[in-house]
Amino acid sequence: MSSPPATGVPILRLGDVLVTGLLNELDDEAALRFTSELMERIATEGARGVLIDISRLEIIDSFVARTLMELTTTARLLGARVIVAGMRPPVAITLAELGLQLTGVETALNAEQGMAALGWHQSPAPPGEVRHDRRR
Amino acid sequence: MRTTEAAARERIAGALRTEADDIADRWVQLQLARAASGDGVGESALREEADALLGALLAGLEGDLPVDRVFTGHQALRQAVSDLSLRRARNGVTPTVTSLAVMALKEALMEAVQRQTRDGDELFAASVLTNRLLDTAGALSFETYVDGREEIIRRQSRQLLEVSTPVVRLWRQVLAVPLIGTLDTARTQVVMENLLEAIQEHEALVAIIDITGVPTVDTAVAQHLMQTVNAVRLMGSDCVISGIRPPIAQTIAQLGIDLSTILTRATLADALATAIRLTDAAPALTGPGTER
Amino acid sequence: MTGAGESGGTTVLGDAERRAANGEAAARPVTYAVRSEQDLLTVRHAVRAATRRAGFSIVDQTRVVTAASELARNAYVHGGGGALTIDYPTRRDAVGLRLTVTDDGPGIDDVPTALADGYTTGNGLGHGLGGARRLMDEFDIRTEVGGGTTVTATRWAVR
Repeated sequence: MSSPPATGVPILRLGDVLVTGLLNELDDEAALRFTSELMERIATEGARGVLIDISRLEIIDSFVARTLMELTTTARLLGARVIVAGMRPPVAITLAELGLQLTGVETALNAEQGMAALGWHQSPAPPGEVRHDRRR
Repeated sequence: MRTTEAAARERIAGALRTEADDIADRWVQLQLARAASGDGVGESALREEADALLGALLAGLEGDLPVDRVFTGHQALRQAVSDLSLRRARNGVTPTVTSLAVMALKEALMEAVQRQTRDGDELFAASVLTNRLLDTAGALSFETYVDGREEIIRRQSRQLLEVSTPVVRLWRQVLAVPLIGTLDTARTQVVMENLLEAIQEHEALVAIIDITGVPTVDTAVAQHLMQTVNAVRLMGSDCVISGIRPPIAQTIAQLGIDLSTILTRATLADALATAIRLTDAAPALTGPGTER
Repeated sequence: MTGAGESGGTTVLGDAERRAANGEAAARPVTYAVRSEQDLLTVRHAVRAATRRAGFSIVDQTRVVTAASELARNAYVHGGGGALTIDYPTRRDAVGLRLTVTDDGPGIDDVPTALADGYTTGNGLGHGLGGARRLMDEFDIRTEVGGGTTVTATRWAVR
């Protein structure tokens, strides 16, 4: 379906949503490779939504912030909505003080709420049924 | 010169060895006489202080530190001066009275030396040395005194900061921070920290910042408000500012501060109604770039 | 890690005495090279460890590590590489952490603009200077066109 991951960051697919996460140990080059890999997956798999879990990220500097903003814009051009979920409070405070607002990037408190915003609801119904609803 | 200094040092040490009790008594008397208004330190405490300090001073003089560093370099002596100053700082004694207390030791010491020798040269050398010794002690005591007062002030302002920025839960997934007083950088940092942690803990979707109790909003306060709102949005929650009284709204308009990207309401009640509507709508549809 | 750059041993006697009196070990300045992307990660780890050692709160840790990341990246991207030194100044009422970032790059000809830019957008790399300044308590830039840049930034944690 796709070429082997170039960065070691797993990108999972749930219906038409791609789920992935960022780690601290990503250097600049790996971050850029990750972005292109994610865009490739959006295009080839026709994803409508992308959830990026950043709850493991201990810092976001202007480079990572810009990566997230560019990634969001590019994904939107490819027809997918990006939600960045789980930013830690110290990271949010630092970003706000840096003056970076992540313009255009949608955020959610955690992965669960991010998925809900992308149309996935926690439901007592068996998973198959939810899946059925989502299928186009 | 060297020999005179060494002799004078030995002379003072000798006085301390043989007349420590008398010197301590006299010092305590001098302090009590001068701080007639009563400075919060009782006679027995003064006596204890004197004994500790004189003992350490003798040890310091018998050691090999140069005169100017006896008080600052000798661990026990430094501690004795610190204790003395901090005790007075905590009891609200003025810094002048505190350094006078240290200076009174000069007199007590010199009187003891006078009892031991009548030789003019020797007395002069001892007096010069006593002055040098106790001037550094006075400076040290002043420094510790200021440290002590500053520590009290810091502790109090930290406590004040903590109690003045409570985060309350108003509704399911709705939090509020009633701000009272002005919003400076330090305060903003505490508000952001408390608020964002509470948001994470309660998975709050809306945070209301109520500024009814904020006397004025200038450009700096507005900037701090914006910063807090941005941090809340980055977390994935929404922010509503309430309690903007008419004069404050006017000031904001006159200053040309742009709060148009922020949801504002006149009262806390209005803000709560808005917040509940927001939480009832689709969950987690927030974010810095979301238009609604 | 590497001993690039000079690390001024500027410990005042009074400070040393105070530290000894408080039973603290005098922490020596350490310098790290900033010559590759891998170095940027190394620097971040080192600064994080240093902030912990200085007893900073988690938010202050994040501020300082983020500022270090911005400054180191600046030195790497615009200065063609350089070095970052960490040391621990002390004040009567606070412990501090000081970052000194040097590079031998072209220098900055308009410091106010370099500091003002990138306030709202992450438009281009190397605009983290102003942001880094906001995250630290003290900030100083020495630069000369053609003569490299040295940024010194300190954050204090009140005891």
